[in-house]
Amino acid sequence: MPPTLEVRNLRTHFFTRAGVVKAVDDVSFAVDRGKVLGLVGESGSGKSVTGFSILGLVDPPGRIAGGSILFQGQDLAGLSEEEMRRLRGNRIAMIFQDPMMTLNPVLRIDTQMIETVLAHAKVSREEARQRARDALGQVGIPSPEERLRAYPHQFSGGMRQRVAIAIALLHKPDLIVADEPTTALDVTIQGQILAEAQKLCAESGTALIWITHDLSVVAGLADDIAVMYAGKVVEEGPVTQVLDAPLHPYTVGLIGSVPSRNHRGEPLRQIPGMTPSLLNLPAGCAFRARCPRAEARCAEPPPMAEYRPGRFARCIHPYEEAAAA
Amino acid sequence: MNTVPEARPMDVVLDAPRAAAQDAPPIVELRGVSRRFATSLDFAAKLAKRLGVKVREDVVHAVDGVNLSVRKGEVVGLVGESGCGKSTLGRMVAGIMPPTDGTVLWHGRDLKALSGAEARQAKLRTQMIFQDPYASLNPRLKVAEIVGEAPAFHGLVGRGGLDDYVDEQLRRAGLDPALKRRYPHQFSGGQRQRIGIARALAVQPDFLVCDEAVAALDVSIQAQILNLFMKLRRELDLTYLFISHDLGVVEHLSDRVVIMYLGRVVEEAPAEEVFARPNHPYTRALLAEVPRIEARKRAFAGVKGEIPSPLNPPPGCHFHPRCPHAFDRCRVERPALREIAPGHRSACHLNDAA
Repeated sequence: MPPTLEVRNLRTHFFTRAGVVKAVDDVSFAVDRGKVLGLVGESGSGKSVTGFSILGLVDPPGRIAGGSILFQGQDLAGLSEEEMRRLRGNRIAMIFQDPMMTLNPVLRIDTQMIETVLAHAKVSREEARQRARDALGQVGIPSPEERLRAYPHQFSGGMRQRVAIAIALLHKPDLIVADEPTTALDVTIQGQILAEAQKLCAESGTALIWITHDLSVVAGLADDIAVMYAGKVVEEGPVTQVLDAPLHPYTVGLIGSVPSRNHRGEPLRQIPGMTPSLLNLPAGCAFRARCPRAEARCAEPPPMAEYRPGRFARCIHPYEEAAAA
Repeated sequence: MNTVPEARPMDVVLDAPRAAAQDAPPIVELRGVSRRFATSLDFAAKLAKRLGVKVREDVVHAVDGVNLSVRKGEVVGLVGESGCGKSTLGRMVAGIMPPTDGTVLWHGRDLKALSGAEARQAKLRTQMIFQDPYASLNPRLKVAEIVGEAPAFHGLVGRGGLDDYVDEQLRRAGLDPALKRRYPHQFSGGQRQRIGIARALAVQPDFLVCDEAVAALDVSIQAQILNLFMKLRRELDLTYLFISHDLGVVEHLSDRVVIMYLGRVVEEAPAEEVFARPNHPYTRALLAEVPRIEARKRAFAGVKGEIPSPLNPPPGCHFHPRCPHAFDRCRVERPALREIAPGHRSACHLNDAA
């Protein structure tokens, strides 16, 4: 059986007046049924644009300039807008950082949810309402029947995010792309949402792509991690291996930057400098200006290589297991 | 959820300042400080009130009877979720917002009773660093003006020396002085936060109140700024009140941690004590929910329920509707903040029962 989603050499470029911004440049990964992939990166690394590309939500001047997005074997990049619309919200759903991207502020929750059900399923209004009620209950919203009649502004931030997740769940999608869904939430509320996400994958076999800047969240949630930097995946592999024995110097720096009890009171291992502008990226490895191991050979673009089974890194001099610990 | 992280020996780096801090006099002391915000009535509501209609004025108890002291040389971490009043408390500590009730003592003296010159001194020696480096810098001023304005106005440096003085502040905050003729919009988020730090340091404060100062930054940039805060602490003998919702950041920096929930302090203890032996059920829940990079493929549980509205907080202990151990007394009586171990205070009725 093919993986639920396989992205191959995806390129999403923005053709702006100032030049071509290669927001996503040769990105490949795969997610299996019931698995969670953590897509990690800092602002401007291209992680959100990758998510938007999968859903076909890239607006001009951006467009998919190459590669394929195989969803259950079918290439999404070649679909017409009409065909894409039949999949989106049905088999593939997205959860945004700001739930108000999903919710219409002037419509009641029931109106919005029933509309979503009827868009893809031939059922009666009453049955659609029943499904909406079940979905709200599934994400832990108390007295769903009552809450269906509320407007989005009558919910707290955490509750709104639950409603957005409930809408994503209405058609029991095979793939959910979640873009920083808990970043704006408080820790105790984030815990609730992460618990729902775990339950969902385990129970319904939904594949989940969790886009985040927070390594600690994916450490507890994901099965695999792909780390992005300047539009490229620089490292990929199973969560434990990537976090315990990172190969790429950027991943090493990112893990070192997380304030953790291991370094209490000592200076954090910081990455010098800042993320380069995607408009005029240097040739070769984009990280080499900040990299402690940079050498002349890094001016050549490094290929993605498999250093150990299932462990990929885009670096010509990766760290060995012991060095990174 | 009661998996208590094991205690770690105190780091050598922290030993020296802590020993000094323990018997140092408090720089700032809050005694029974509260801050309430009332929604102001609009014209129609005022008219209705005049005509005898009962109009309810909503009052938010942002901070409710807090005692807190910050001693010279220590870093106090103030933790809480949104709406718990930590920013309001920070503003009152910094002296830029007067409390509704209670007193703020600055070096042992009531802030309200200080004379003009002394009050100015107090304000200068306490500086604040804000969360949003985009909103806290005047977009129409060049960096040199942003950093140099206050020291020039307060006569900390003569006109002739101002240029060099500004250069020194920028260098200390890790910025190239060659960039000082630029405007804030020409800098990245991390660089702007450095400008904010240089501006605060330019008036030679001994106490910094940092309100979510690294929350808006990327992880790698956040690490740079946190390292800068620690370097400045050593070099300038600074005292910090570090307000954050991020327990990882607070744990990394602080000597002492204060945890707030819905306007009240629920627990206060030395940092390693809080993380090793959390007492209050809220603190325990909070620690259990913090995603940690060391914890792999764990089961998240989530504290049940929502954070209640500060407009209408639950009676008794504010945490009781979400607390797994709540009993009758919690629903009616506000628990006092009591010492349960040396330097470790917690506001929970369960400690009396034991």
